[in-house]
Amino acid sequence: MLNLKRVIGLAVTAALFVGMPVQANEVIKLATTTSTENSGLLKNLLPTFEAETGYKVQVIATGTGKALKLARQGDVDVVMTHAPAAEAKFVSEGYGRLPRGIMENDFVILGPKNDPAKIRPSDSAEAAFAKIAKSGAPFISRGDNSGTNMKELILWNKADVKPDFAGYTSVGQGMGKTLLMANELQGYTLSDRGTFVAYSGKIDLAVDFDGGKALANPYQIMLINAEKYPDLNHKGAKALSDWLISAEAQGMINNYKVQGEQLFKATYSE
Amino acid sequence: MNEGWLALTQQALSLLFSLDPEVWSIISVSFSVSFAALAITLLPSMVLGFLLAFSRFRGRWLITNLIQTLQSVPTVVIGLLVYLLLTRMGPLGDLKWLFTQKGMILGQMMICAPVLVAMSQAAFTSVDRRAWETSRTLGAPWYNAIWAVCRELKVPLLLAIIAAFSRILTEVGCSMMVGGNIAGVTRNIPTAIALETSKGDFAQAIALGLVLLVLALVLNFALGTLRGKAEPRSH
Repeated sequence: MLNLKRVIGLAVTAALFVGMPVQANEVIKLATTTSTENSGLLKNLLPTFEAETGYKVQVIATGTGKALKLARQGDVDVVMTHAPAAEAKFVSEGYGRLPRGIMENDFVILGPKNDPAKIRPSDSAEAAFAKIAKSGAPFISRGDNSGTNMKELILWNKADVKPDFAGYTSVGQGMGKTLLMANELQGYTLSDRGTFVAYSGKIDLAVDFDGGKALANPYQIMLINAEKYPDLNHKGAKALSDWLISAEAQGMINNYKVQGEQLFKATYSE
Repeated sequence: MNEGWLALTQQALSLLFSLDPEVWSIISVSFSVSFAALAITLLPSMVLGFLLAFSRFRGRWLITNLIQTLQSVPTVVIGLLVYLLLTRMGPLGDLKWLFTQKGMILGQMMICAPVLVAMSQAAFTSVDRRAWETSRTLGAPWYNAIWAVCRELKVPLLLAIIAAFSRILTEVGCSMMVGGNIAGVTRNIPTAIALETSKGDFAQAIALGLVLLVLALVLNFALGTLRGKAEPRSH
């Protein structure tokens, strides 16, 4: 059934569209991790991108697991995460394309200032983890499938410890909230350095172990398969990805400081 | 969506009926915390409601209005208040109750008390005062007289209890803030649903949502039956 009203309505709408200059789809939905949001990096970068291109970026900050899931389901236009294994799978299964490493920071093992588990000094991250498990001190885990949570589980695995000892506390919260909880409970936790520095004024925890390849934390931005989801804003997504690897953005990443400390190292190379 | 609704619901049901330990631990945390909060608050709140309805004293009007207002304070605000009380720097920091079930119970008590007081006050106000006066003049002690009034008011008082219970059983703001959503300890139905949704795992979230839904149905049917018994049927 075609009714006249609808036909006229459609005709008017079409006429309006033709009469207007073609507008780029201007909203870009970016799924990313809580660490880029909590550390304030995106707030620092995105306004410049928006001013230069006219796009508006809407940030959905969640854990890496959920961010990739949103991208798989075509709920967002572009995704930026930090879990190399999960990202490789995302690309190889045909959901993601054009992965670009744009920056990295590192993970740190945090604990109470008096270091009850005596993990200073340790030979490796997993050795430090083993000491925490033995000491019975609380360990606060993100427990939310985030990139940090995945990294933590890899470390337990390397340390040959099952993460179900008495002090193991899985809280299912973002990085910032987890740091506040570790502070309240005076326990150990694994954090990205960015969020830790951003929160360092609020919490009484110290870096007990850092450095080494095992704790490197690279970030990638990936576009989403256009064949699977043709209606996403692929142009905007590509523009954002291109801008993040530009000399300007890479410089801004390197220059971004919180409490006088550089949080991220720009890493893009052709 | 790469997972159909049907498949998800099937997974959810199998989680419930296979007595998945994680799901049932979440359910038991929810119920034990909320029952404890309700049990501790019930009697004092009802007594206060009774006093506000039956006695006349200066400031009664003020207290009544305050409690009415407290009923509509969002649970996250109460959560914030309890968090600030219990944090290490806070006045009750030495109790070490933050991120424990005790802290959650405290928060839920503050959420359900105003509901209980306001609704029981309304119930006591509506009752015929003669029930009270008759039993007093017959020489019954005050507590027996109160009991007589309460029997008279079975339905509205039960309504108050159920309303308060459903409010604390389903609130997420305060439980998340004060309890911290710790697996197996302070993770209850609403905070678990919030977490599973944020991970993008919907099966467990649906299973827990179903529990709340069934509970709501049971409570409402029970209430309907009660009301039906209490009211004279119109022919």
